[in-house]
Amino acid sequence: MTQTDIRAVVLATLKSIAPEVEVDALSGDRPLRNQVDLDSMDWLNFLLGLNKRLKVEIPEADYRKLVTLDDVVAYLQAKVD
Amino acid sequence: MGSSSVIRKTADDLRAVPNWADYAAERSDFSWQAASRELANLPDGGFNIAHAAVDAHAAGRLSEKVALRFLALDAAAHDVSYGELARLSSRFANVLAQLGVAKGERVFVLAGRIPELYVAVLGSLKHGAVVSSLFSAFGPEPIATRVNLGACRVLVTTDRLYERKVAQWRDKMPTLEHVLLVREESGTAIPAGTLDLAALMDAASDTCTPAATTAEDMALLHFTSGTTGTPKGAVHVHGAAVAHYVTARYALDLHPDDIFWCTADPGWVTGTSYGIIAPLLHGVTSIIDREEFDAERWYGILQDEGVTVWYTAPTAIRMLMKAGAEIPRKYQFPNLRFIASVGEPLNPEAVRWGKEVLGLPIHDNWWQTETGGIMIANTAAFDIKPGSMGRPLPGIDAAIVKHNEDGTLTLIDTPDTEGELALKAGWPSMFRGYLNNAERYRKCFAGPGNAWYLTGDLAKRDADGYYWFVGRADDVIKSAGHLIGPFEVESALMEHPAVAEAGVIGKPDPVVGEIVKAFVSLKSGFTDSEELRRELLGHARKKLGAAVAPKEIAVLPTLPRTRSGKIMRRLLKARELGLPEGDLSTLEAGG
Repeated sequence: MTQTDIRAVVLATLKSIAPEVEVDALSGDRPLRNQVDLDSMDWLNFLLGLNKRLKVEIPEADYRKLVTLDDVVAYLQAKVD
Repeated sequence: MGSSSVIRKTADDLRAVPNWADYAAERSDFSWQAASRELANLPDGGFNIAHAAVDAHAAGRLSEKVALRFLALDAAAHDVSYGELARLSSRFANVLAQLGVAKGERVFVLAGRIPELYVAVLGSLKHGAVVSSLFSAFGPEPIATRVNLGACRVLVTTDRLYERKVAQWRDKMPTLEHVLLVREESGTAIPAGTLDLAALMDAASDTCTPAATTAEDMALLHFTSGTTGTPKGAVHVHGAAVAHYVTARYALDLHPDDIFWCTADPGWVTGTSYGIIAPLLHGVTSIIDREEFDAERWYGILQDEGVTVWYTAPTAIRMLMKAGAEIPRKYQFPNLRFIASVGEPLNPEAVRWGKEVLGLPIHDNWWQTETGGIMIANTAAFDIKPGSMGRPLPGIDAAIVKHNEDGTLTLIDTPDTEGELALKAGWPSMFRGYLNNAERYRKCFAGPGNAWYLTGDLAKRDADGYYWFVGRADDVIKSAGHLIGPFEVESALMEHPAVAEAGVIGKPDPVVGEIVKAFVSLKSGFTDSEELRRELLGHARKKLGAAVAPKEIAVLPTLPRTRSGKIMRRLLKARELGLPEGDLSTLEAGG
């Protein structure tokens, strides 16, 4: 999968949990949760959704590495390859 | 609930001499009047929370002691001493004076756990204003509803939150005069109609004489949700601090040298009573983490900050349990000596998990927005009954009652019998009213002389005097320990053009207790589709914010209604859970 493909899956997953998010307005390098209103449960569902869609294991110990959109995409890219 | 499950305490379990060791003697010797003498009065004899919690310590030997330690992901820890907190809160009080804010006028704070929030709350109290801290995950609609209900005159918030949740709705908040902004985005211009808080603070003097408030003057406003109608604004007075102080001594076992971490956000009552006021009254150091929950981060904080007393919530504990046993093995907690939890009943497995993983059992306690402070608790020196809320604290009399049709009360003395939990009115942090709603307040009290406060919680008391939560007497939803009023959610959904009717319930969830689930029926011309349900979800989230909006939406052809036209939430819930539907005699045909 290309980085663009992964980004599209990440944004689609985000939209399924928070349909109100305008994905074009997101900055990839700023903490995601500063830009969109996600509570702890939304955040867990987001990571769970990524796990389902991409068949990638995301151990809890790695959650703290996933802060910005770019972090999430890069992390998944490394795992998918 | 056999005795085998009780966690017995022995002398080895106590890592400090407990503040409360003799249950009966302490309860019988206790008086609120005597307790109130332990806090500093104003020089003229009045009482002001900010004076007792901050200024009195700043003027004495605690001046250099760290009052608040702020932790953040991308910055070093930021310490604020008692002396500094006194100066900063004085500056804020002087800013309010300069803006012409009068005693009793309302200041609201909408922010994450940033230092300015704490300074604004304490500075407002010092100025004699009434302060309310709103949860920053609220959406524009819950914010506007509360601002208007509370006749908020000054709002302290951040540029980010202002832009996302306030700016476009400002014309719907007629009482809101001044918006004081904390700048989080560098380089952007300050929006029109707002003031730069940092600039105002810099220009203000760092000394001020606290307002001449009395113990009975209104100090804090906390919003809570009911089944029907708008949220209720519970009014608390300056004198509530005596209960904050006493309950932290008995239920949290606070000692002067403790490092205390209350994980609750000040947008909820726990985060104000025990995240701001109580630890300051005790002169201890509080840890405040600005970040969202993260299992590894939290274990790291407990270890690295040397937290001794930890007050957290069932949802957080269950999320830690879910994260597995590997992570905590990397950490050690030799300083931790007491753990308490509040928000919803803590399941027995979680109580015992604490003992296995952190080396200490978790002490559940019970209270609500209206009570202002902890009322019933499992405490340091006494056996824990896992799953129970514990026993009443000194100064608190509880009972299980039946509220009869004619308005009278019957006290239920038989152990293990379900009834409504009631508290003998008169403790200092008891709410003094619901804002603009005297009738609703009056209805909370019953019995001879209206001497009992009815909590709306159903409970049982066992033969040992421990109380057990059974459920809510109404349809209020409890998610992640916070009350959510179904009416507020239904109203927001009804504003969508496709929605004909909406019914909202709490659906049991293993982590957060209950999640908000909405059922809607559609107006003619609209058909159910994945796309429409998503649109409704987005609509609700935009208006209500993530903390209040439904997590699930289902579309039904019609919603069950009573003959009088009320949506039967209980039936929706019973159907969702596959439970017996109960008495349907009032159900309208076709529901």
